[in-house]
Amino acid sequence: MGEVFNLEHVYKNYKNDGKEFSALEDVSLSIKEGEVFGIIGMSGAGKSTLVRTLNRLEEVSGGSVSFFGQDLAGLKPGELRLIRRQMAMIFQNFNLLSQRTVLSNVMQPLRIAGTPRPERKAKALEMLEIVGLEDKKNEYPARLSGGQRQRVAIARALASDPKVLLCDEATSALDPKMTGEILDLLGEINRSRKLTIVIITHEMSVVERICDRVAIIDKGKLAEIGEVEEIFRNPRSEPARKLVFPGNPFDPSDRDSRLIRLVFDGLAANRPFIAELVEKTGRKVNILSANTKSVGGIGYGQMVVELPPQKEEQELIIQFFKDGGLSVQEVKRS
Amino acid sequence: MSEYIIETIKTGIIETLQMTFFASVLAYAAGLPIGILLYATAKGRILSNRGVNLVTGFIVNVARSLPFLILLVLLIPFTRLVTGSSIGTKASIVPLTVGAIPIVARMVESSLSEVSPGIIEAAASMGASPLYMIVHFILPEATPSLLLGAAINISTVLGYSAMAGVIGGGGLGAIALQYGYYRYQKEVLWTTVTILVIMVMVIQEGGNLIAKKTRK
Repeated sequence: MGEVFNLEHVYKNYKNDGKEFSALEDVSLSIKEGEVFGIIGMSGAGKSTLVRTLNRLEEVSGGSVSFFGQDLAGLKPGELRLIRRQMAMIFQNFNLLSQRTVLSNVMQPLRIAGTPRPERKAKALEMLEIVGLEDKKNEYPARLSGGQRQRVAIARALASDPKVLLCDEATSALDPKMTGEILDLLGEINRSRKLTIVIITHEMSVVERICDRVAIIDKGKLAEIGEVEEIFRNPRSEPARKLVFPGNPFDPSDRDSRLIRLVFDGLAANRPFIAELVEKTGRKVNILSANTKSVGGIGYGQMVVELPPQKEEQELIIQFFKDGGLSVQEVKRS
Repeated sequence: MSEYIIETIKTGIIETLQMTFFASVLAYAAGLPIGILLYATAKGRILSNRGVNLVTGFIVNVARSLPFLILLVLLIPFTRLVTGSSIGTKASIVPLTVGAIPIVARMVESSLSEVSPGIIEAAASMGASPLYMIVHFILPEATPSLLLGAAINISTVLGYSAMAGVIGGGGLGAIALQYGYYRYQKEVLWTTVTILVIMVMVIQEGGNLIAKKTRK
């Protein structure tokens, strides 16, 4: 499959009160056609800047960004505008025109592209049908809920038949239920229209729900990139671990004990591992947190357990879990 | 009050309305583009241009800091050039317009600045040109605020039109001055002032109402 975006050694520096500030540092990655690509990081990590380099709302200070092989930096303003019509963007605050109806909002990109009026109306209605809001076409955005407004924004984004959809914290202003609905809608659009989607978020749950691959951005640098399942199972970098590991509501009981995280997929989830551990080895562990998640459509369980202080005991228990096919990672004690 | 005075006041009302209307329309015809220019060329805006912004801003500030009465006098030769006379209703429209342009420009600039940067970013991401953004995104979003500004501007022009009476302009201001001040006919003074107050109130409240109706 082809590459939609290719970033090579991208740098972005800002000058603030004479002080140089580096928002992106040597970021190289590529986004493939048809995938849902996540970019995750804490606020201030540079992910919003990163997504804006993709449609050149932000100019890069160094390196290059290309779209289907074409370097964006070399484009004249008119050429850039034409390219931007092939990439649509949705935002955290929806950014709909408050003084225009839903239908008029959805028609905007077509109007910009110079599509004749009857055609753009038909197309806009078709897009509203996809997002399930054709009955709201004459309403103003202020009368809609947050989830509905984001649906309108999605309809608007799709209207110009873009090749890629950029989502900048598109669900961060929504409650969990609406977030789920919007993500499901994006997933459906990705599958039915073969649309490449780039999702910026600070929530791992968003990535787990719909992304195929993910890039973890930390302090302007690319910390880790890979398949979501792989990173969930076995995060290698510290920022990835922080995002993937569940928070522990309980403190470990013993100062010398050791904490590990166990991950098991849908198949292994049917086996009572902890009970088997006790039965077969006579060793016990203290469960600090446990939950189940769906990552890329596959059910995963994860658990943080506290091991007894004795070194040999710890090794024995870890070996038991590894033999059972679970993925085991060390958790740093805070 | 004599019948003659009542007739004079009636004519005065019409003259005041004429001056206010034409001066406001002309002031917006010039002030709106200047306001857009001030907005668009400011730092970080869509057509950011320091030179143009500084020069335009400077001219607007100078024009705005001149007291209107001084402007009236300063503009007499220009007014005569444009209308052929420096007295009367038609002549008053010239200084009124010139005096209102910088006020309109600043008011428009401030209304446009209220438009959320997100809207502009969305327009840019769709590949809209700067002109398209101004016409189809920024101006429509700023419409309620622009209307509120217009109500204030038109009231100001109305107030200024009364001042034009000092140098031989027509309208209620001239009547208040001639009969009320020079001839000491208090009832004429109070009648004209009351009418002026009512006119300002109608314009201001009407403007507020329209602005509220347009805000979706």
